[in-house]
Amino acid sequence: MSVDLEKLSKEDYKYGFTTNVEQELAPKGLNEETIKLISKKKNEPEWLLEWRLKAYRQWLTMKEPKWAHLKFPKIDYNEISYYAEPKKNPRPKSLDEIDPEIKSTYDKLGIPLEEQKKLAGVAVDAVFDSVSLFTTFKEKLAEEGIIFCSISEAVENHPELVKKYLGSVVPYHDNFFATLNSAVFTDGSFVYIPKGVRCPMELSTYFRINAENTGQFERTLIIAEEGSYVSYLEGCTAPKRDQNQLHAAVVELIAHDDATIKYSTIQNWYPGDQEGKGGIYNFVTKRGRCAGKNSRISWTQVETGSAITWKYPSCILEGDNSVGEFYSVALTNRYQQADTGTKMLHIGNNTKSTIISKGISAGHGQNAYRGLVEIGKNAYNARNYTQCDSMLIGDKCGAHTFPYIEVKNSTAHMEHEASTSKIGEDQIFYCQQRGLSEENAVSLIVNGFCKEVFRELPFEFAVEAEKLLSVSLEGSVG
Amino acid sequence: MLEIRNLHVKIEDKEILKGLNLTINEGEIHSIMGPNGSGKSTLAQVLAGRDTYEVTEGEVVFKGKDLLDMAPEDRACEGVFMAFQYPVEIPGVANNYLLREALNAKREYNGLEPLKHIDFTKLAKEKMKNLDMDESMLRRAVNQGFSGGEKKRNEIFQMQILDPSLAILDETDSGLDIDALKVVAKGVIDMKSPERSFLIITHYQRLLNYIVPDFVHVLVDGKIAKSGGKELALELEEKGYGWVEEAVNA
Repeated sequence: MSVDLEKLSKEDYKYGFTTNVEQELAPKGLNEETIKLISKKKNEPEWLLEWRLKAYRQWLTMKEPKWAHLKFPKIDYNEISYYAEPKKNPRPKSLDEIDPEIKSTYDKLGIPLEEQKKLAGVAVDAVFDSVSLFTTFKEKLAEEGIIFCSISEAVENHPELVKKYLGSVVPYHDNFFATLNSAVFTDGSFVYIPKGVRCPMELSTYFRINAENTGQFERTLIIAEEGSYVSYLEGCTAPKRDQNQLHAAVVELIAHDDATIKYSTIQNWYPGDQEGKGGIYNFVTKRGRCAGKNSRISWTQVETGSAITWKYPSCILEGDNSVGEFYSVALTNRYQQADTGTKMLHIGNNTKSTIISKGISAGHGQNAYRGLVEIGKNAYNARNYTQCDSMLIGDKCGAHTFPYIEVKNSTAHMEHEASTSKIGEDQIFYCQQRGLSEENAVSLIVNGFCKEVFRELPFEFAVEAEKLLSVSLEGSVG
Repeated sequence: MLEIRNLHVKIEDKEILKGLNLTINEGEIHSIMGPNGSGKSTLAQVLAGRDTYEVTEGEVVFKGKDLLDMAPEDRACEGVFMAFQYPVEIPGVANNYLLREALNAKREYNGLEPLKHIDFTKLAKEKMKNLDMDESMLRRAVNQGFSGGEKKRNEIFQMQILDPSLAILDETDSGLDIDALKVVAKGVIDMKSPERSFLIITHYQRLLNYIVPDFVHVLVDGKIAKSGGKELALELEEKGYGWVEEAVNA
């Protein structure tokens, strides 16, 4: 293809810069001392340290899961530093106390922390490596009784809520990466929406990895009380580095009677370079519990970054009439690999789940959908609709689908549709004949392919997601 | 406007066009007719820039520029439009979105400001009215679930918006009932101008009852075997293509 394309594909990851701030790093290595250090840094109560240590001891007995359709060299967990915070004022009391270098980082990322500059109606929690630096609109939200803060702060100020819910959806012994996270988690967001409150703005967390040779272990907990509603969004970026970096997160959602949680992700971690060098390893456990009747949890994800994505946002549909949804776009270009999907566990009566997955593979990318729909034996009249579509761009990439369906109650209605297609030469030519460049044609067609998922995103972010997809596709044709 | 000299084209190892010559001047309507497999659609595709065909010899000059050297999108922006024989479906992409992107790409190429959303919508609605199209088609995905007639009408609609200097219609009449045919023909006639040329590829004479061509060419075995005025189309309708083919082979 033309010279222009080469130029474009080299410029594509515009979030790859590094912030020069002095940071305090925990010594490399994972042991009980490391965990004690993290817990001390965070001023944690004894019960939480014990919980972490219990997880660590469990983790020592576990093995990395091998079932995913992913290939990567062995991770040396003792070569990672598990904690990094800015030396200067890691716990700023106000915006003025934040290191200007860091503040300008967020400006560059398009996430200004000043409330008046921020998109109206979006509150932001800014997590930089292992610490949450600042949360906007906290006071305003508090007027409605909403708690939106970092998980570290929640541990200090709302220990009863954290103690009650932490590990209640993803237990500390759940899986290798979740157990690791339980031992060493550093920061993430905490959201509590009281009974009957409809959260008046979008809540969001912006995760930034900056320090070298560190891992980021975010932990997020969202609780929606009876009849409440919240829409939450997370975004993620990291600098370009030759080494792989680990991000192992756990997110737990709890929706009580008649509550709704919408959780959206725009994941744009550094994907590695053209040769597949570097990039983030993204091993994430996300699970929501529809605990109450008529509750609803909806996951929407746009995964365009990371060298490796291993992620299955799931719903446990306990409450009668509860609804679980999973809308996903996963794009792998260059040498990226993704194994992603969902689990929908139907336990209550009349529970309903919808899965729409769009996988796009370009370059040497490998993209797998893996999903489980399980209808429990006491779940009467459960319904599931699954649609997974894969699109291939070029002839060096791959798309794979691994659907698992387990039905133990004969009243269930299941629908499953799947398709795999190559991006149509005819479609590209048609657009070109109308005047669009090949790149723009591909981007237009792929965005059309993802429409059903994008329309689930909050409006401003849907626009962002479309742009991001176009940028991530650059260099994929020709 | 367009000058095709000694054009040879092959696909895989089969030669389809074997030394085709054709000159189209500003404001002229040319019709190319011919039996199946004579190379009519190949000619349209090659002019539009489809890369599955290989040009082995010859040249095509469009408005003084080497057309074959240009990318398909540049040809479009220079003013070449092709109404497809089989318009492709593009799921999830709204019809008006593609068309606005296309129009603005063309405007940008020609150093013009992009057209504002509201002005585009106004323009689109006006054109649709003339083509007896429902406005809901703007929001529908490109060609998806369109009937045969709707697809062809949509092609003419796109042509009207993009305002080309050379419009190539590749068997736009095939699969149309008589009412749709009239609408399509009217859409073309409305666009007739001294600056615009048409190349109408068709199998049958019936479209030419409505769009009267200045020249009719018969394509046989990759070459123009016979050219004439509009009366040639009637003669072909009456006698078929056999006598032209025989004359070539004689």
